[in-house]
Amino acid sequence: MATISIDGKHYEVEDGSNVLEAVLGLGLDLPYFCWHPALGSVGSCRQCALLQFQNADDDRGRIVMGCMTQVTDGMLLSLSDSRAKAFRADVIEALMTNHPHDCPVCAEGGECHLQDMTVMSGHRDRRYNGLKNTHVNQDLGPLIHHEMNRCIACYRCVRYYQDYAGGTDLAALGSHDHVYFGRHEDGTLESEFAGNLVEVCPTGVFTDKSLVHDYTRKWDLQSAPSICTACGVGCNTIPGERYGRLKRIHNRYHHEVNGYFLCDRGRFGGGWVNSERRLRQAGAQMSDGCFAPLTQEQAVQRLQTLCGADSKLWGIGSPRASLESNWMLRSLVGDEHYCPGFGPEQDALRAVMTALTEGGVATATLPEIEAADLVIIVGEDITQSAPRIALALRQSVRNLGLEQAANLGVQHWQDAAVRNIAQNTRSPLVEWVSASTRLADVATKTLTLAPTDIARMGFALAAALDEGAGVDGLTADQTTHVVQLASRVLGAKRPLIVSGCSSHDASVVYAAQALAAAVARRHAATRVVYTVPECNSVGVGLLKGTHKDLADVVAAAEAGHIDTLVVLENDLYRRMKKEWVTRLAAAVPNIVVLDALETSTCDAAQLVLPVASFTEAEGTLVNAEGRAQRFYPVVSDVGERLPGWQWLRLAAVGRANRSDLETLMHLDQVLEAIAAEQPQLDGIRAAAPDASYRDRVGLKAARQPHRYSGRTAMYADKTLHEPKTPVDEDAPLSFSMEGESHALPSALRSFVWDPGWNSNQSLHKFQAEIGGALKGGSAGIRLIEPKGQPAPGAYSVPAAFEPPLSGWYLTAQYRIFGSEEMSAHAPGILAVSAGPTLILSADDALQLALAADDGVTLITADGSVDCEVTVDPALPKGTVGFVVGHAHLLDLRAGETVSLEKKPGLMRRSEVIASDGVRVYG
Amino acid sequence: MTDLDVIPTLSPEEIAEIEHEVALIPRRDSAAIDALMIVQRHRGWVSDSSLKAIAALLEMSPEELDGIATFYNLIYRQPVGEQVILFCDSVSCWLRNGDGVKEKLSELLGIDYGQTTADGRYTLIPVPCLGACDRAPVMMVGDDLHTHLDDCDLASLLTCEANHD
Repeated sequence: MATISIDGKHYEVEDGSNVLEAVLGLGLDLPYFCWHPALGSVGSCRQCALLQFQNADDDRGRIVMGCMTQVTDGMLLSLSDSRAKAFRADVIEALMTNHPHDCPVCAEGGECHLQDMTVMSGHRDRRYNGLKNTHVNQDLGPLIHHEMNRCIACYRCVRYYQDYAGGTDLAALGSHDHVYFGRHEDGTLESEFAGNLVEVCPTGVFTDKSLVHDYTRKWDLQSAPSICTACGVGCNTIPGERYGRLKRIHNRYHHEVNGYFLCDRGRFGGGWVNSERRLRQAGAQMSDGCFAPLTQEQAVQRLQTLCGADSKLWGIGSPRASLESNWMLRSLVGDEHYCPGFGPEQDALRAVMTALTEGGVATATLPEIEAADLVIIVGEDITQSAPRIALALRQSVRNLGLEQAANLGVQHWQDAAVRNIAQNTRSPLVEWVSASTRLADVATKTLTLAPTDIARMGFALAAALDEGAGVDGLTADQTTHVVQLASRVLGAKRPLIVSGCSSHDASVVYAAQALAAAVARRHAATRVVYTVPECNSVGVGLLKGTHKDLADVVAAAEAGHIDTLVVLENDLYRRMKKEWVTRLAAAVPNIVVLDALETSTCDAAQLVLPVASFTEAEGTLVNAEGRAQRFYPVVSDVGERLPGWQWLRLAAVGRANRSDLETLMHLDQVLEAIAAEQPQLDGIRAAAPDASYRDRVGLKAARQPHRYSGRTAMYADKTLHEPKTPVDEDAPLSFSMEGESHALPSALRSFVWDPGWNSNQSLHKFQAEIGGALKGGSAGIRLIEPKGQPAPGAYSVPAAFEPPLSGWYLTAQYRIFGSEEMSAHAPGILAVSAGPTLILSADDALQLALAADDGVTLITADGSVDCEVTVDPALPKGTVGFVVGHAHLLDLRAGETVSLEKKPGLMRRSEVIASDGVRVYG
Repeated sequence: MTDLDVIPTLSPEEIAEIEHEVALIPRRDSAAIDALMIVQRHRGWVSDSSLKAIAALLEMSPEELDGIATFYNLIYRQPVGEQVILFCDSVSCWLRNGDGVKEKLSELLGIDYGQTTADGRYTLIPVPCLGACDRAPVMMVGDDLHTHLDDCDLASLLTCEANHD
């Protein structure tokens, strides 16, 4: 620690940090633009100027830039000296010369860092009378709106986009007074993390396009703490609502899960909750196949009849439904009749659950991923399956360069200097994957192999580290690679093994677990990351019980053991082949489907019940690291919808053995019941404060900022009376501006705001240290901690991959846009999603005379499907890849042998879009 | 995304010259400025399609290369005339009636800064200094420096230049 003096007062601050960080960490105000806690310092905007004095006798001092000046013990500084203030006022005045007076029509207004800093620096009256530079804006795609005139040239966007996120298609163009931040021509930004520009840009150059088109100011947004449901990472988010619609999703800082950033699927994928396909009312299927609407009361009656005392009841849960809903379903139908409803990833997911709970190696937090100095990716295209992890891995490869800089005495936050020293130096990151990936640009080595060969590499490296027998039949190159990598592992300090379910092949996960165990025996600091496909895959996996397979459900149905089947938030067509769903539907007299969106499964149901989405209900999700996290409703008027567990609770009324469920009226009671029944889930109660939480003056936490306006006017089309504040009995949050918004537990923070800091940059006011944990503690709680010694698990080396004699071996390929079920219904995501894509190697494409975007018919044992071709030169010989989760490709399975036929005359997606502007797929 | 198919937009000579520069340095993208100058020497300017081709050849994105190309005033991203006139508008030339000379030149050519004559012969561009302050006011026409412009007959100078070609 160092003692520094600011305006005559003494403070203890962290040694080695920079003055700006230290000043902000002390809760003092110093304006800045180019600095960002995740991007470090470059000293380009000159806004964070302050005065430094040589010694006590020095009364002149000199201007220094806070972000570029290292804290030293005994340092004498002044923030408030009039010369420092005048300097800062001059800088902001210069930065503002070209800035338009368009705050009233700017989407950033009210949460604009530039507005805040301008006010803070005391620049009120514009003296510049000249013409302002104007620019032509670009169309950067369906997600991000571009308004270049507002730019103050702080360079944060390109530093984030290129240096941090690894994007190459956004650059600073031009020079001096004509700098332009954009692409070389109009087009969709390529980075999967482009959406963070919305929060990184200190003003309104990059804004959320969907928000711009359906706009509400930050101060008029009702928000609540939430968890992203678009993958298993569980990023913390802040959805903003007005008029009952989701307006936007912002990042909610959690230093161990997502830090400052989200991926674009998370940021823009929540729009499905506004979709036309949302179920708004319960419905009963009539003889003509149409649904007759039911009131909530009628629906409950019908439900209770179908689930009556002597009804043979089975239930299919869902890895995208909350823990509470899944538990309630399992309790309603009984353990032996409950199926978690996993899809083709089931075997791999079960292997992941074993690895997590019995592998004996800790899962990495976000800072631990970023700190890794050796990364081995076992069979996972992580940018597509768990994008936020990929962004963290992009930071991990910088560690060797940071180390070189540190050896030269350069602090890590000296961003330009560190990058200059590092040049292209990268910490090792090795990928064994089944197709080209988006991390290849930072990988030291990318080996593309069939999944079983990936598993063999994992076992081979594990054996090399354990000085074991090794794996027979590796190629000479593979053997050399394993030997070299083994020695790198020995030299590493913080190795990280990344794997997961994406290959739909359990042997890949077994290999990763064996490898992690072997590495962990060498280094205690070894960490693992396993990805899972959905937001609650691990939560459902943690529920104790027999966990019937879908095949068991079909068998039971066909044996006549099922009267009523309750399907909870699950589209069965995504889980099993069409033929099986048809068989199931034919064999079960009554199917009840509870879901948020209308799915194909609804057509097979006698009763469909509308379920509240993540913006309308409270619940708990367990992410891939086993962290239980709570999400809260942000919409107060949910109409006829109920949370899944509430419907199921009401269904239990007539069940002789489970009428106790009906008494679980509130979420906290459900949590108690879960914890009492399942000790391994005891922690979920502590994931967030319960509904009895009250602040210092006895109020719940506020969902609305103090400036929330239009309460009496916004529903004037429905009633002229000011509506009563809706009551949320389940949550520790109120639908009101009254209540604490500052000294809150982190799990209850609905927005960040501090006097003078209206933008998300106010976050540092809530952090215990810049870039560290929040003052309100970490939200959520880890349910899985490694116990015992690192365990290799199922150690069975699969046979080497042999290309099929005729046809191709199908491999599963995830896509960030399109593979996930719900986000694919968000308009922005839909527009950037891939079509039904088949990935071919260059050789195969040549042989079949196919080029990119050509049509191809893929023939399986069950039938055929038309796809568009994408060529991947790195695809392993004998394999073709298909996009998991695309509506046309749901019946394909990894590991199947398929044949291909060129399909002439397929209308390409680009042509369809060009011809009528409407998308055909999705 | 880099599209390798565009590389043949460049001539074999241009590619050979660029590859020569690449061979002298550790990274391909370090040859960016040289490559831009090579193409500009051959074609007079760097079009969008040339830019994409150079970017593909140097294994960088068009944005990264365009950031470099547009940073330098003397890499022309728009078509220019056969001769580029770089007229100094800095202080020494201004003291020696540079403005007056520029007026005359503009009148003679019928163009202002940033414009090209209708016959496509000349493009007039301001330049901050040509390093010949002792002989101000000065300008460059093509590769030739012209000094003491205040006393000079601009029309005959340009005719001379034309004949000189």
